[in-house]
Amino acid sequence: MQKPTYGRFGGQFVPEVLMPALNELEEEYERYKEDPEFLRELNYYLTEFAGRSTPLYHARNLSKKYGTKIYLKREDLVHGGAHKLNNTIGQALLAKYMGKKRIIAETGAGQHGTATAMAGANLGFETVVYMGAKDVERQRMNVYRMELMGTKVHPVRSGSMTLKDAINEALRDWVTNVENTHYLIGSVVGPHPYPMIVRDFQSVIGTEVKQQIMEKEGRLPDSIVACAGGGSNAMGIFHPFIEDTDVKLLPVEAGGCGMQVQGKTAMHSASLGAGEEGILQGARTLILQDKYGQILESTSVSAGLDYSGVGPELAHLAETGRIQPGSVNDKEALDAFHELCRLEGIIPALESSHALAYIKKMADTGELGDLVVVSLSGRGDKDLETVLKVKTTASEEKL
Amino acid sequence: MRIADKFRELKAKNEKALIVYVCAGDPSSEDTGKYVHALVKGGADIVELGLPFSDPVADGPTIQAASDRSLEAGMNPDVYFELAASIKEQVPLVCMTYYNLIFRRGVETFVKDCAASGITGIIVPDLPIEEAEDILKACKAHGVDMIFMVTPVTDRDRMQKIFSKGSGFLYIVSRLGVTGARADVARSTKEILEKVNTTLPRAVGFGISNGKQAAEVIAAGADAVIVGSAFVNIIASQDNVEERLEQLSRELKTGCSGQ
Ligand SMILES: Cc1ncc(COP(=O)(O)O)c(C=O)c1O
Repeated sequence: MQKPTYGRFGGQFVPEVLMPALNELEEEYERYKEDPEFLRELNYYLTEFAGRSTPLYHARNLSKKYGTKIYLKREDLVHGGAHKLNNTIGQALLAKYMGKKRIIAETGAGQHGTATAMAGANLGFETVVYMGAKDVERQRMNVYRMELMGTKVHPVRSGSMTLKDAINEALRDWVTNVENTHYLIGSVVGPHPYPMIVRDFQSVIGTEVKQQIMEKEGRLPDSIVACAGGGSNAMGIFHPFIEDTDVKLLPVEAGGCGMQVQGKTAMHSASLGAGEEGILQGARTLILQDKYGQILESTSVSAGLDYSGVGPELAHLAETGRIQPGSVNDKEALDAFHELCRLEGIIPALESSHALAYIKKMADTGELGDLVVVSLSGRGDKDLETVLKVKTTASEEKL
Repeated sequence: MRIADKFRELKAKNEKALIVYVCAGDPSSEDTGKYVHALVKGGADIVELGLPFSDPVADGPTIQAASDRSLEAGMNPDVYFELAASIKEQVPLVCMTYYNLIFRRGVETFVKDCAASGITGIIVPDLPIEEAEDILKACKAHGVDMIFMVTPVTDRDRMQKIFSKGSGFLYIVSRLGVTGARADVARSTKEILEKVNTTLPRAVGFGISNGKQAAEVIAAGADAVIVGSAFVNIIASQDNVEERLEQLSRELKTGCSGQ
């Protein structure tokens, strides 16, 4: 009776009341994922609404600086400014085919919430987004964006008032309204079949990369680098390359401001690198937890990476050695943010800046090879306030 | 005390069961001991002792807040088992907690520690039957009942599977949603009780908070009512807690006798 898992990881650790909904979702997804009508419509939205395909851009100046040929997969150019819409369009369309009337989602920085609001408005859903009260404060512009598109944003005041708590609250809503509501999870996390569905919808990133790099270079890259919070842009770009074992797959987690734990808080968000096996929000995976199994709060300058767990498939791939996780800290990510702005005229999201910082960190080791693809998962306009604040505090400290 | 023995004892007296929930360590272990005593004095037949988790997805604001208070005061599984062992009331104790705490301690060790501290049943709201093989094996080995839930959206096939895995009693979640006190009885209660065809005692929970609701649930055919948030609210008020717990427990137990 056990469901497909990723090695030991994955599963469905949810209240009984959600089991019928998960079973239904799995069945319907299996049905529609090969349905020509569904695929035609999905492709239409990805092309005409989301603006795909996105360029695979040769970053000349960055390449020159690090002595290796670097391509950026420009997910920052997707409508909404991040890869998130690939998944929300896919799931919202699925929900429509399933006859649901209402979609709910969690959001940290507001990127997934915004992408859900876009899909929800366009496809005519009642849309509700749960967002930690602290994040509502920190990301007011995104809250306003969602509201403009008719989404109701619920501030969540429980726990640490951030992403983890927003997911808890979305689950509580789903438990209550499961009969007419689809829970549109924003990353490759949660109970089966979500990690699979989100990965599949995000795999459009890697599929395009494969075709584009063959056209441009006539060969596969030596390595692919992507930031990993829950891990959806990473799984999306990695998945089509899993069998190509010569291609190194490098997820980069947020090292925050140090690898230590203070009280109930880890000063980082590196669940793959420093987490331990446990059960969080529906899946067995690697999580940040104390010795009793209470979940630790995580830390990162980038709200989208600030999460105490990681997708179960990534946990499995890390264990088998197919992917090699790394991490960079807040400062390294901020430096990489500024560097890309100046060298290439592209403002990257702070999340994506972690992947860029890893290039800088690893360039001298030769580990990356001669041809590198970086997932530029989003644009950084949403982060300007954060960057400005860090800059001001840094210069005040110097005084 | 085993749960089946309690239900046998009640059956002989022609009584229905009152199952109560409190969050262990809210606001302290010492208080929990006193509260359990008051609840049993009022008429509670089975006590669920919540072991608080940082991320309780199946719980509403009342029990979330209780979990926070208890964790803040230092509750952890080691302290929890000491507390359970110190409770000497003649009622079955049931551990209610989330799966990560069990998994982290080691499923076998956790269940063994339950048995050793006098806990004879376990409820895990985020563990459906599909994921329960390990804990079922451990429960069998240590003489502990694993209690599963059914809900208004559980179909007959699934119910049958759940009946065959669980023991102790069947936890019937009478409405969609999270835990929390409500003023009414869910209309779905009667429907779901009619669908539930099991030899296990049928206990209805989620939303029950007074004697009148308890009487309605029993009249609809339940063998037991489960009440949590209403007690946790009293504890949170810090006002004359023991006396009011005993009073509400008595009112509910009276409701269980159809009065
Ligand atoms: C631009 C961007 N990149 C990455 C992430 C992290 O998510 P994931 O690890 O699922 O790709 C987010 C999340 O908000 C994001 O906005």
